[in-house]
Amino acid sequence: MNALPQPAPRAMKLVCPAGTPPALKLAVDNGADDVYLGFKDETNARNFAGLNFDDKSIREGIGYAHRKGAQVLVALNTYPQPGTWRKWQAAVDRAADLGVDAVIVADAGLLAYAAKAHPQLRLHLSVQGSATSHEAITFYHEHFGIRRAVLPRVLSVEQAEKVIARTPVEIEVFGFGSLSIMVEGRCALSSYATGESPNTHGGCSPAKAIRWQQSPRGLESRLGGVLIDRFGEEDHPGYPTLCRGRFVVNGDTYYPFEEPTSLNTLELLPRLQAMGVAAIKIEGRQRSPVYVETVTRVWREALDDCARDRERFRVKPAWQAALAGISEGHQCTLGAYHRPWK
Amino acid sequence: MKLSLGPLLYYWPREAVLAFYREAAAWPVDTVYLGETVCSRRRELKLADWLAIGEALAAAGKEVVLSTYELIESDADLRTMHAVAGNGAFRVEANDMAAARALSGKGPFVAGPFLNVYNAGTLALLAELGATRWVAPVELSREGISAVVAEAPAGMETEIFAYGRLPLAVSARCFTARYNNLTKDHCEFRCIEHPDGLALDTQDGQHFLVLNGVQTQSASVQSLVSELGPARAAGANVLRLSPQSRRMGDVVAVFREALDGTLAPRDAAARLAPLMPADPCDGYWHGQPGILNLAKEVAA
Repeated sequence: MNALPQPAPRAMKLVCPAGTPPALKLAVDNGADDVYLGFKDETNARNFAGLNFDDKSIREGIGYAHRKGAQVLVALNTYPQPGTWRKWQAAVDRAADLGVDAVIVADAGLLAYAAKAHPQLRLHLSVQGSATSHEAITFYHEHFGIRRAVLPRVLSVEQAEKVIARTPVEIEVFGFGSLSIMVEGRCALSSYATGESPNTHGGCSPAKAIRWQQSPRGLESRLGGVLIDRFGEEDHPGYPTLCRGRFVVNGDTYYPFEEPTSLNTLELLPRLQAMGVAAIKIEGRQRSPVYVETVTRVWREALDDCARDRERFRVKPAWQAALAGISEGHQCTLGAYHRPWK
Repeated sequence: MKLSLGPLLYYWPREAVLAFYREAAAWPVDTVYLGETVCSRRRELKLADWLAIGEALAAAGKEVVLSTYELIESDADLRTMHAVAGNGAFRVEANDMAAARALSGKGPFVAGPFLNVYNAGTLALLAELGATRWVAPVELSREGISAVVAEAPAGMETEIFAYGRLPLAVSARCFTARYNNLTKDHCEFRCIEHPDGLALDTQDGQHFLVLNGVQTQSASVQSLVSELGPARAAGANVLRLSPQSRRMGDVVAVFREALDGTLAPRDAAARLAPLMPADPCDGYWHGQPGILNLAKEVAA
């Protein structure tokens, strides 16, 4: 439990999402260090129609990224379901054969398989693994030799700093994008309403379970038949993710979990760098290439500014304006990094 | 099959908790899970109190298991988890991998429902560390549980969530505090006002969820009382009944009689209905959305 000696802070890596080959190219062109993507099935947590990669596009993507000095990570971040274990095993084999730079895995059994079958394959612990303490991360390090862990979006900056100081594993944190309100890997709200969740099917609030209906009381969004929200003319109807709905508690209609809002930690960058964060993750494999291009460009510039001189780092209004244009609900929050959010 | 009383998920006044477990000593359950699993700010009972309750229950012939937090954030949370893990008297249910690590190699433990055991590979790994019982995640269907059991290590016990509001999600944010326009750090312990959770309805009046501090539960009460035969066939050894504030002893009695065969499944469901704080559901068990109640459709 002793604190490890702290190396001098290095530049943080920028980890960007790619749901499609054009998004991958734009991420690489705009300065992503790592690009993460998934196969076209439930082995990853953005298993949506029209999204993700086949072998040919991954090979091309890896070639493109490597020529420009970027790395490709494959997310295998759902939980292998009983009886179909072979499918996840095969996905690990496939990622290794394709020569990806790392796989991002949530399930302990799958990590055990990957570590045994492909000892050279770099393993990252997915945020879906719900490791919220240095001791949980150490568990995965001791057993599977994970090299990096993605922290769930539940820790305050102070808590994240303590985790980093006590583990030899690189720590990746979320910097920008859709904000998970519940601990990742510990939320079954979606399957309660629809039968499918990130853990079981690789998707939260699946599109096929959504119904939009015009009613006398406004435009209604339903998920698995459950009324998630009702919009008047002044509202901006958002995707009916369950934890962004408006519900009624003791007669009050409000957002009991969270308003439609995006996580944006630009202002925390100097602090994150000083405390030894290894990588900043951008959420959004389901978002458009334009989103990926904009976020990557802004965050590259911000990370470079911060690495050059973190004392004098200032968030530029132009960055915030660009990010606000692509944010969910056009609002931003620091989420759990800022303690009063809790 | 055995019956277990799951850990108390709500925040009740100290006297109510003590009274609940005094009564539980006489209920026909085999195992009782004890301890605070939801929120580290809930301190009506300390570990010493839980141990004392455990001793009384053990003296009454119950197997006692202490459960750890489902979410660990702070150093204080880790210290509490270690104190529970090293309690020296009772077996422990690990609800996160830090706890599994703390218990590993130190004798038998229970792999709790929040460890995300969705497949036999993960279960085999936990068995190597010392797990001798696993509690299936609430999302897992009868078929899924049966498939894991088919490949489970020898001697592994399987426990399923057979009765109660389903713990569906946990967050760093406290939704009961948020409802009261408070932050978690200054929550005024308002959870204590909601002994079975704070009801959350949709805008068209459907009882959908309940807020239980940082935990979100189903409003409907999962009941597998009509599914005891299939549960046995799927390989379940233990049925978990999750505590509620009223008439829990009667709930236990219904399950006991149904297990003993003195109460037919349909009669058991009928006797259970008025004891439940809300409508029943059983969708997850059937591989469907958890909110559905398929028993009703079969009966109709």
